[in-house]
Amino acid sequence: MVIKQLSKSVREYKRDSILTPLYVTVEVVLEVLIPFVTAALITAIRESDITRVFWVGGVLVALAVLALVFGTLSGKACARASCGFAKNLRKDLYYKVQTFSFANIDKFSSSSLVTRLTTDVTNVQMSYMMVIRVAIRSPLMFIFSIIMAFIMSPRLAWIFVIVLPVLIGGLILIISKAVPFFNRIFKKYDAMNESVQENVKAMRVVKAYVREDYESDKFRKTSDNVRADFTKAERLLALNTPLMQLCMYIVMLIVAYFGARLAVETSGSAFNVENLQAMINYSTMCLMSMMMLSMVVAMITMSAASARRICEVLTEESSLKSPENALTDVENGEIVFDHVSFKYSETAEKFALKDIDLVIRSGETIGILGDTGSSKTSLVNLIPRLYDATEGTVFVGGHDVRKYDLETLRNQISVVLQKNVLFSGTIKENLRWGDKEATDEEMVRVCKLAQADEFIQGLPDKYDTYIEQGGTNVSGGQKQRLCIARALLKKPKVLILDDSTSAVDTKTDALIRKAFREEIPDTTKIIIAQRVASVQDADKIIIMNNGEIDAIGTHEELLKNNEIYRDLYNTQHRGGEENA
Amino acid sequence: MPKPNMSMRGGKGAPQRRAKKGTFGRLMKYLFKYHKAAMLTVFLCLILTAVSNAAAPVFLNNMVGVISEGVDLAETQGSAAAWSAVYPQLLRIILTMICIYVFGIAANTTYTQLMAKVTQSFLHQLRTDLFDGMQRLPIKYFDTHTHGDIMSHYTNDVDAVRQLVAQSIPNLFQACTMLVFLLCIMFYYSIWLSLVVFVGVFFMFLVTKKVGGNSGKYFLKQQMALGKTEGFIEEMMHGQKVVKVFCHEEEAEKKFDAINEDLFADSCTANTFANILMPIMVNIGNLLYVVVAFLGGLMAINELPNLSIQHGFDALPAAAYIGIIVSFLSMSRQFTNNISNMSQQVNSVVMGLAGADRVFELMDEKPETDEGYVTLVNAEIDENGNIAESEKRTGKWAWRHPHKADGTVTYTELKGDIRMFGVDFGYVPEKIVLHDVTLYAKPGQKVAFVGATGAGKTTITNLINRFYDIADGKIRYDGININKIKKGDLRRSLGMVLQDTNLFTGTVMDNIRYGKLDATDEECIAAAKLANAHDFITRLPEGYNTMLTGDGANLSQGQRQLLSIARAAVKDAPVMIMDEATSSIDTHTEALVQRGTDMLMEGRTVFVIAHRLSTVQNSDVIMVLDHGRIIERGTHDQLIAQQGVYYQLYTGAFELE
Repeated sequence: MVIKQLSKSVREYKRDSILTPLYVTVEVVLEVLIPFVTAALITAIRESDITRVFWVGGVLVALAVLALVFGTLSGKACARASCGFAKNLRKDLYYKVQTFSFANIDKFSSSSLVTRLTTDVTNVQMSYMMVIRVAIRSPLMFIFSIIMAFIMSPRLAWIFVIVLPVLIGGLILIISKAVPFFNRIFKKYDAMNESVQENVKAMRVVKAYVREDYESDKFRKTSDNVRADFTKAERLLALNTPLMQLCMYIVMLIVAYFGARLAVETSGSAFNVENLQAMINYSTMCLMSMMMLSMVVAMITMSAASARRICEVLTEESSLKSPENALTDVENGEIVFDHVSFKYSETAEKFALKDIDLVIRSGETIGILGDTGSSKTSLVNLIPRLYDATEGTVFVGGHDVRKYDLETLRNQISVVLQKNVLFSGTIKENLRWGDKEATDEEMVRVCKLAQADEFIQGLPDKYDTYIEQGGTNVSGGQKQRLCIARALLKKPKVLILDDSTSAVDTKTDALIRKAFREEIPDTTKIIIAQRVASVQDADKIIIMNNGEIDAIGTHEELLKNNEIYRDLYNTQHRGGEENA
Repeated sequence: MPKPNMSMRGGKGAPQRRAKKGTFGRLMKYLFKYHKAAMLTVFLCLILTAVSNAAAPVFLNNMVGVISEGVDLAETQGSAAAWSAVYPQLLRIILTMICIYVFGIAANTTYTQLMAKVTQSFLHQLRTDLFDGMQRLPIKYFDTHTHGDIMSHYTNDVDAVRQLVAQSIPNLFQACTMLVFLLCIMFYYSIWLSLVVFVGVFFMFLVTKKVGGNSGKYFLKQQMALGKTEGFIEEMMHGQKVVKVFCHEEEAEKKFDAINEDLFADSCTANTFANILMPIMVNIGNLLYVVVAFLGGLMAINELPNLSIQHGFDALPAAAYIGIIVSFLSMSRQFTNNISNMSQQVNSVVMGLAGADRVFELMDEKPETDEGYVTLVNAEIDENGNIAESEKRTGKWAWRHPHKADGTVTYTELKGDIRMFGVDFGYVPEKIVLHDVTLYAKPGQKVAFVGATGAGKTTITNLINRFYDIADGKIRYDGININKIKKGDLRRSLGMVLQDTNLFTGTVMDNIRYGKLDATDEECIAAAKLANAHDFITRLPEGYNTMLTGDGANLSQGQRQLLSIARAAVKDAPVMIMDEATSSIDTHTEALVQRGTDMLMEGRTVFVIAHRLSTVQNSDVIMVLDHGRIIERGTHDQLIAQQGVYYQLYTGAFELE
């Protein structure tokens, strides 16, 4: 299953992937012939036949040159095939992730996706290279060298029949024990490095609590544990070499002894000095190929986990798709929730939203307040269909959101996410995410709306200032304002701000809201906030509590009737975060 | 303040620099320091292994002699007589070889087993020394190096060193020993043919240099392309939700394709060079093999005189030539194998040494200095205010102050009185971030710092706990110069809730107990209740025994802050520093937390830094900081009455970031 799925990514590198083993086959045949021809050369020397010496020598040179050519060809084809395969695999994974819905992304988590696209792909690439090159080479080498040994000296080749099972048995035993062992301790090793990472990140806490020695002890124990396990596993694996050597030496001595006897018995006709050399060469080839094969098998087994992880992503079905004959226009910004309930996964026990009924008219400004975990974000995420409602229906512009083309829907409903991200690139490039063809004037206009123009003009390169990865070179409030401007550039029918002005001061916050009121009156605006001041002039304020709507009303109504709102207002009013 | 980079990756691939001189020697010293006997045994075994490997051509030479003689005798005297004539000789050779091989295998087993053991305990030693050294480094080191960079010492660098110690050094040593033995044997048999082998080997060196050099160059290019691709993937995966919201999938794919193609081109070239090095080496070996056979054959057929240590300058019988040719064939193969083996180690030696260099560099970093000698002790205080040291935990502490001049010891009660006089400070000498800061925090007072990002709020607390040392001015803790207080004891007297919340892998209970290792479960739970964390903890699947991993990834930011407050609460220190401790907690919960901490901190000194003015409003004194200077100070009401900066902040005319 896994192999079938992965093999789909070979595509245009199929030719190289097939050529590699072919070249390797030729290479192996040539290499196996060389000792045979060398034996013939020694025979010629022994018999002082100078013309045959030239002739056979010529053949040998030709063989070596050909082996060189095919070796180079296979090396090149192999590099192309494996790198190409890795490239396609990365591409397939990346493209697949692009089709993922929020639910799919949540399921895997961003950092796990990163690992799958990087480390796992590299592991699989290595294994692929091994498979098309070494995994073909070793068995072929094994078979051919045994065949040649039988051709060369049938009466001695039986030795292989005795020694090989010993070697193969030993190798299987070692590898089958070592591989699961290694898999287990690699996890321990990773855990150890994660604990170091944790320590480095938390160094201030460590120092503040004077826990340096405590941490050192903790680490020493972990590290010693890793040491003990690794020692065991490596000692097991280290038995490979002596085992190999033992087999090698036994074969050499037996060939020498019985070869000599055979030579004397037959006066050199069935076995002679040249055969001794060749037979020893063949036994080396044969035993070495087994050893290589066992290592390859071990490596491939260890990367199987990576292959499985990649397949999980490739076979994941996006949980959200545009319907056929989708609507491609959103009429207006009216939003209706009709008995909507929602949970994040089918297996989750708790509903994040319970039986929500809500009507928002086009052009209204809606504020949403509520404690952490009261499902404010879950509520708004259903509007641009970032998630699908578990029960009930969400309507936008009079139609079920599931009837719309996803791109249309999301272009018309612009969300400024709570955990927002700017990408490395200039401010202009970042803004253009909202509209590829936006002119400079348009960009300045939306930045003025989002109160971002002023600080951008103060930057050395203005709109061409380069934003570092993660937006680390602008402050939190500036980042939020850029994100709002980016969302405005879409000219959406619905604008959703999910706690998007938390780092912006109250005065600027008020200016943004004022600009919204005056400049985009027809857009439905939904504002999630912590501050009462951010929403108190909204047409309606929704109080969320534990996945349900606790109350809806204007500032005055809620102040009068709703306890949560009054509480919030009082705490914050006393705290002075009052509108200027 | 330089913010540490949170990226986990970075420093991927080959360290792109060469090691300093002397690194190898230092590494060897380090290796031999703990494993002298084992390492000497390893090297001895390596020599023995090399001997047993190098014995093969001699064995072949002798065997060829025996077989030729046997075959000749068989032709003249019949096989039975021939067999009995050569049998003793054959037996002697075989038995000798068995002896050598038994030794060889024993040596090989010993060396591989020992090496596995030595390598792992060496790595353990290296890791723990690295870690211990790191614990002693000042905070400055962590602020000026990215986490990814520090981490790569433990991953990439230690890995590179492992490769060097476990593989390259034994391999190179064995290969060199083999080459010496083979050289002797070759000269012993035939100097002419030795010269032929040298010519071939010279060729191999040239090829290695050319192909290997290219391979190294493209390898670096590949690593860079890989780093770029991985960086891009990381950025995009973490921003994937934004990509979805903006329907930006196609553009993201286009950009990815371009980077992915570049990586393909570079890695394809790099791998091609790496792949073709082996066949080229092997087949040059094969060609050499042919040339040796051919020239040897010509010598044998024409009975040209051989030049050797064995026979001097002399023509030999054909059979002897054949013996020499056969052993030379085997030797030329071994010779080339060893050289290609060595050529493959070159990369890992360079990388291993560079890794070792970086590891040593971190170990050599100057540790946090501590000249303090005033310590914190449990104290008993009688009605007259006399202080006596106590063995037990009494709930009261005192500073134990030994005076060197007269050998007396005085005790000062720990009260939590902190004063700063004219303090100047800069993280780098050129850029002063605090100017002439003077403040008094009397025991039991709540002191708040307010100001924009970079105004120096966190910096002041960094000086109180001596994460950094002041450039000029004085800081007094209960009247004692804080430079005289041992850092560990100073920090033990401070409860700190830091700006960045960090939790450890372990249970919730373990994390709270981090504040006081011998705290009972009841104490921890009481602290959690104070911090208003008890409620959410009991709602976790396994309550206080819920495992936290990945810095508490399964908790919300607000919950993590509550835990970190609980952790500080259980420490029960006389002075508390809360740096943006409640920034991610909603105002409603914050009010509850504040009630708890106010109770806890009654009669103790508290420093509070907060973004929200509601958090600091009830402080005894509020300091408004601007560009490293205290520009206003007073209670909330006083400051409002002043109608200054605080007033403007309060009314929302200013931005706090």
